[in-house]
Amino acid sequence: MVDILFYVFAAVAIGGALGVVMAKSPVGSLLFMVTTLASVAGTYVLLEAHFLAAIQIIVYAGAIMVLFLFVIMLLNLGHDYHRDLKGGAYAVVSFAIVGAMAGMLQRQLRGSGITDAVASGGRAIDAAIAEHGAIGAIAEPLYTTYVVAFEITGILLLVAIVGALVLAKRNVA
Amino acid sequence: MESLQPISGIWAIVAGAVKVTGIFTVLMLTIAYTTLAERKISAWIQDRHGPNRAGPLGLLQPIADGIKNFLKEETLPATAARFFFVLAPMMVLFPSLVTFAVIPIAAPLPTPVGVVDMIIADVPIGILYVMAFSSLAVYGVVLGGWASNNKYAFLGGLRASAQMVSYEVALGLSLITVLMLAGNVTLPEIIWQQQQLGMWFAFPLSLGFLLFVISAFAETNRLPFDMPEAESELVTGYHTEYSAMKFSAYMIGEFGHMVTASALMATLFLGGWDLPGTWDNAFWYQGQLISGFAADGSVIMANPAVWKTLATLAGFVAKTSFFLVLYIWIRWTLPRFRYDQVMALGWKVMLPTSLAYLMLIALTILVLDEVGVAWGFGYGLALTAVSTVCTIAFVFFVDRGRTITGAAAQRAQRVEIKTIPQPAPAGD
Repeated sequence: MVDILFYVFAAVAIGGALGVVMAKSPVGSLLFMVTTLASVAGTYVLLEAHFLAAIQIIVYAGAIMVLFLFVIMLLNLGHDYHRDLKGGAYAVVSFAIVGAMAGMLQRQLRGSGITDAVASGGRAIDAAIAEHGAIGAIAEPLYTTYVVAFEITGILLLVAIVGALVLAKRNVA
Repeated sequence: MESLQPISGIWAIVAGAVKVTGIFTVLMLTIAYTTLAERKISAWIQDRHGPNRAGPLGLLQPIADGIKNFLKEETLPATAARFFFVLAPMMVLFPSLVTFAVIPIAAPLPTPVGVVDMIIADVPIGILYVMAFSSLAVYGVVLGGWASNNKYAFLGGLRASAQMVSYEVALGLSLITVLMLAGNVTLPEIIWQQQQLGMWFAFPLSLGFLLFVISAFAETNRLPFDMPEAESELVTGYHTEYSAMKFSAYMIGEFGHMVTASALMATLFLGGWDLPGTWDNAFWYQGQLISGFAADGSVIMANPAVWKTLATLAGFVAKTSFFLVLYIWIRWTLPRFRYDQVMALGWKVMLPTSLAYLMLIALTILVLDEVGVAWGFGYGLALTAVSTVCTIAFVFFVDRGRTITGAAAQRAQRVEIKTIPQPAPAGD
């Protein structure tokens, strides 16, 4: 059952990713992107990473992609974009790069004892969830072991937001 | 003696199927009759009769509406983006119907084959599941507006996306206060913690409750926040071009969101199915259904009964209905905001207030834990005192002498008008 669902989600995720680059309208691309994000969230649920799945949907599908949609609609894209698309040689190079990356990934994962790592990692995660609950298992290391890295990431995001505001204000003036 | 084990095996599948079918049917009926309630209550508020032709007291009106919408002609604007135009109503309908799955509707029901939890799916992420799916609902609204290829519909869609993103922030932040107090995200545990605290979270988190209700109104696009469909500016906004069942799907989606938001507010802040007293408390704690802890830390076993389940179900229905009536009542009482007012309220009032309140509640919880106040009624009272001060300050800051003191000023004015000396009647 889990295997079947995994292949369904994987197929939808890859199909959605292809749709993002192949859709005729920007809004279509965006919806394919949402489909891909939702399918990835589905595979997270299969891995029992429920919290990650929920955050994936809330943050990416529910907030960031809505902002994308807002911008696409506000700028009214979709009428005059064909000139911006690079065809021919660019497409070939892009697919070659993607193929090379997939090959590297496959080389990296094959014969590296990845299944053992997944199995032991899974057992560790099960133990953590049993001890702290689905969210505590993430929150506990995040706010104890990795608290400095976590807070620095937060400051980085804050700096980015302030920077975006400064740039936007300068354009108005 | 009935066994107090959770239901399992084939009976769990049967119970699951019955719960899914039953709750879905009741949800759809509630949505249908909320439309009738809206029309009836608006009629009472405006001193009219309201729909009273179809069936006794107009009770068959939702069915008549449904038949009418089935038989109406489906229109498809010639310049619409056909695929997205048809897809959009479905994307509104779907999230509003699946989010109800994680809301517990009554105390666990004992049966001869095991105890049945009165919730469709007790997923470990609980409330986050609701947030995830309700945040997807905006796509249907925005896409519908865009695909119609109509400038009014398009403006409605744009407004919907801006408004939903703005108020989701305040909604999430006021929700975090509940999660901090309850210590978990699953709704059965949130109800359990309210039972243990001895009071519903509406009291110790009164300002969070207020902010959550306001944000929920904005998220469901109900007046005074119905900017996406403001009929005096945008015809009917994002669903201007929709007719028949597609229009009906938008309506079912909107009312479905209302029902789910009402049930959620009842669960988070009014104790869900909990009724006053400890007789109905029940929670799965380490595989046992308990109703509380004794003074020495040992567990007190719960004693579920069919009548308890029915009584708590009635309590849950009453609380949800209260919020549904509140939705309708406010819709027919308050005027609509201007668009800039909606944005200013969201970003300049709701966001800073909820952030400051979150910090204050976190600080209070920390102090109470450090001092060593036991989790119980005293703990709740201390938080209630802090929250009440915040709520009064917030209401006075937002009102700034406009509505509350304004009404008093009007009354004073009325006396003044009465005492204005009337000019003497013109002589002949």
